[in-house]
Amino acid sequence: MRATVLVRPKAGILDPQGEAVESSLRQLGFPVGEARVGRVIDLDVEAASPAEARGEIERMCEGLLANPLIESYEIEVDG
Amino acid sequence: MRRPPREPPDRELRDRGGRLSEVAPRIGVVVFPGSNDDRDALWALAALGAAPLLCWHAEASLPELDAVVLPGGFSYGDYLRCGAIARFSPAMQAVTAFAADGGLVLGICNGFQILCEAGLLPGVLRPNGSLEFVCADVPVLVERTDTPFTARCRPGQELVIPVKHGEGCYHAPEGLSDDQIVFRYAQGSNPNGSERDIAGVTNEEGTVLGLMPHPEHAVDPLLGSGDGALVLASLVDAARERLYARA
Repeated sequence: MRATVLVRPKAGILDPQGEAVESSLRQLGFPVGEARVGRVIDLDVEAASPAEARGEIERMCEGLLANPLIESYEIEVDG
Repeated sequence: MRRPPREPPDRELRDRGGRLSEVAPRIGVVVFPGSNDDRDALWALAALGAAPLLCWHAEASLPELDAVVLPGGFSYGDYLRCGAIARFSPAMQAVTAFAADGGLVLGICNGFQILCEAGLLPGVLRPNGSLEFVCADVPVLVERTDTPFTARCRPGQELVIPVKHGEGCYHAPEGLSDDQIVFRYAQGSNPNGSERDIAGVTNEEGTVLGLMPHPEHAVDPLLGSGDGALVLASLVDAARERLYARA
């Protein structure tokens, strides 16, 4: 089962990478507001159902994929 | 043991011969794939009277030790987040158990990042505010001298110790007590945007310390500064006391 995890810096957490992207976009003439940079992780998970896959990936996020102190995560499961 | 006042930080190097009768505590330096300051740490600890030994990351148990040092470097390529993968190595499980028993653990730079990811220290280290790698000698203030890592320092003493990192911006968890802040960058010298100028923190018990500056690179005054020896020699003293207590 294919799944995608989106990891983002939490609101209020300083994101220098996002700031750099934001100022580069402005220099290129794009009138953007705040930019934040996160991470995408595509996974192949063995699970009987999407709900089971989701539970498994939640444990992966808590244990390794995200640091709950500074990052939030979103899980999308295909099918 | 009485010490002469204002002992210069490099005293151990000069007096090394005279201290041979003292028992050398065993301090393990954990080597991860990608560690690169392990041998400097080994050299510095040996110069300061310890009997250091390298411990391989894949070993699930540690030999009998009086303290553990997690050295600097880029463990497991620093993939995902610094220290996030090293945290799960067999040796780290053993270090976590060692720390839970009250064992002394010092994490330097990448070692600090690993200790934070492992939950042995509060907070987390994020990319430098400048997004640039910094490599510089920085003045660091000693905020607490009642820890096993700073007993040789004077309160408020300024130490000059090099930093070299891309991700050293400390983010403190809410409510981090000032009591846990052992080192701060001197005012105006914060190299990475760390909150509250934090350069090093300890756990609540004061037995685990992590810091971004590299004391092992500042042990011989010939290389610019000997101030890091005060930190490492404090650890060697404390480890020796553990050794005596164990014997």
